[in-house]
Amino acid sequence: MPSPFENYQGIAAPLGQVNINTDAIIPATYMRSASANLGAGLFARWRYEENGEPKTDFILNQTPYDRASILIAGANFGCGSSREAAVWALLRFGIRCVIAPSYADIFYENCFRNGLLPALVSPADLEIALTQSKVPHGGDFFIDLTRSRIFLPQGEEIEFSIPPMRRDALLRGDDDIATTLRHEEAMANFNIKDRQARPWIYAMENPP
Amino acid sequence: MMQKTLFEKIWEAHLICHLDAERDLVFIDRHILQETTSASAFDGLKTTGRKVRHPGLSVATQDHMVSTEPHRDETSNPQGRELMQLMRLNSAATQITHFGLEDPRQGIAHVIAPELGLVLPGSIIACGDSHTSTAGGLGALGIGIGTSEVEHVLATQTLALRRPKTMRITFNGSLKPGVSAKDMVLYALGQFGIDCAAGHAIEYAGSAIRSLPIEARMTVCNMSIEFGARLGLIAPDEATMAYVAGRAYAPTCRLWEEALAHWQKLHGDADAIFARDFAVDAQTISPQVTWGTNQQEVIGIDQLVPDPSTCVDAASRERAHAALAYMGLQAGRPLEGLPVDVVFIGSCTNGRLSDLQAAADVAKGRKVAPGVRALVVPGSGAVKREAEAIGLDRIFRDAGFEWRSPGCSMCVSMNQDMVAPHQRCVATSNRNFENRQGPRARTHLLSPAMAAAAAVTGTIVDVRKLH
Repeated sequence: MPSPFENYQGIAAPLGQVNINTDAIIPATYMRSASANLGAGLFARWRYEENGEPKTDFILNQTPYDRASILIAGANFGCGSSREAAVWALLRFGIRCVIAPSYADIFYENCFRNGLLPALVSPADLEIALTQSKVPHGGDFFIDLTRSRIFLPQGEEIEFSIPPMRRDALLRGDDDIATTLRHEEAMANFNIKDRQARPWIYAMENPP
Repeated sequence: MMQKTLFEKIWEAHLICHLDAERDLVFIDRHILQETTSASAFDGLKTTGRKVRHPGLSVATQDHMVSTEPHRDETSNPQGRELMQLMRLNSAATQITHFGLEDPRQGIAHVIAPELGLVLPGSIIACGDSHTSTAGGLGALGIGIGTSEVEHVLATQTLALRRPKTMRITFNGSLKPGVSAKDMVLYALGQFGIDCAAGHAIEYAGSAIRSLPIEARMTVCNMSIEFGARLGLIAPDEATMAYVAGRAYAPTCRLWEEALAHWQKLHGDADAIFARDFAVDAQTISPQVTWGTNQQEVIGIDQLVPDPSTCVDAASRERAHAALAYMGLQAGRPLEGLPVDVVFIGSCTNGRLSDLQAAADVAKGRKVAPGVRALVVPGSGAVKREAEAIGLDRIFRDAGFEWRSPGCSMCVSMNQDMVAPHQRCVATSNRNFENRQGPRARTHLLSPAMAAAAAVTGTIVDVRKLH
């Protein structure tokens, strides 16, 4: 169950590439255990040399971006595997908001279940955000989910789109399963009708 | 009345209620669990005191982390042991049928679900893996989900989903000899791109699709996620019903008759409009091989590696240069003739019997080239037994291939099956992402026949030249 999302300010790391896939966000080898330190595995192949030393040319290894709590990326962020560990790795590192012009479907859903904000911005606004984030020590970005706005260090503000119900759920830190279970009556009604209409689906529950 | 697509009809048959302007609550007919994406879901249930609502509609398997050694057990991949044990224990504690390594039904989730009759036409199946779309080969909606959604299905047997928009890819005409379903889907990825279907459900149509055998249809639907679609399907027909009939979990007797009558009416309306509609001339497709590090970076074996200077903008130019550098390739050169180190035949994309048969047809009477490591990993225990019954294992072993035990293996490389740095691997799997098969591993995706041809010649080669 996610904690309520609170507006915050922090350092935004520019990682402009398009099509950043979940294998890049968290390599599968970091997911072999239930207790894996996923924060350490975030972007591992880009972040570490073979001997485990940090790659100095990678943005999240540079000051002040090593303390980033916002990530700015290109289109189709989070494509590939369904691994929710991609979201967990971002959160464990300290990223609570991603700014991108589009997201892969499963990644987008996984964000909401964990209180990570996937802010959808226009390609033009993405460029503005990228440019400003590239100024080291240029100042914090302020994420205002309540008003669906991002205030940039140089004074501009950009708007991001998020369906109102999902925004409210993030702000409240809703438990998605509890939300669904409020539709218990509709679920029960569906079940009665469906058992009549498609009895073969339910035969598996009572094997001979 | 509004004309509807097949996808829309199946979706509506599962609709419990609308949640908001863009999301619906839908019923999930079958839930398949696997070890890497379910442990936290069971933890979540424990924390909240929730129960599994329909354990009888779920099954669990072990696939991502299992060793593919011949006489393996749960300890053979020590790094996977914890999550594999948790899958077994969590299943037992919640009365979910579990196919562990000792069970003859064990295999890759998306291979065993159809072969056991868990995938039925017109049904919705969910699994914590993005290739659940494979189920679309039988006219079902296969939805890949994250771990929180796994917990949601366990607790409610439903999913709260954004309603996908409709999209169609029509393959007109017929395939040339030596060209397979894998080539069709790779070709379409090259034409339309890896995010052309984000937010959409794909229906594959056209004469080249209708004439595909069922297992080949699964190969096409399997890679729907690579277009960005959460699911893809092919309308069921007589071949679909014949495939499903008699399978372990398929309905029997009166229920079979009832189901069959229902399924025979499953089709989209002729004039239904798709939000996106693409077409391909199947005749123009040659065997495909990826050259880059995502699946739209693909060419026909008879083509040259593209020149980044022809890219439309600076960003894609930079990206193409990076892909070439990662892959150790030069623009303007053919892929044909490039030496390979590793050949991987298997995965949920191409690990079924007909895939192994296609590879064996090429391998028969030939030898794996010196210095090449070639693995054949059947997609399931059943595929392995059937292949052995018709002697495919002998053909592969005699040619010098390793004949392995079923699992995801070198597609996701979460066990010991990894490609070494800078090694070039041709793979029948679905993702050629950087570092996926191992740090700095170079992956070329292609069909089973093309993979076998590379194994026996030691280079990437047009399989049509071997026949």
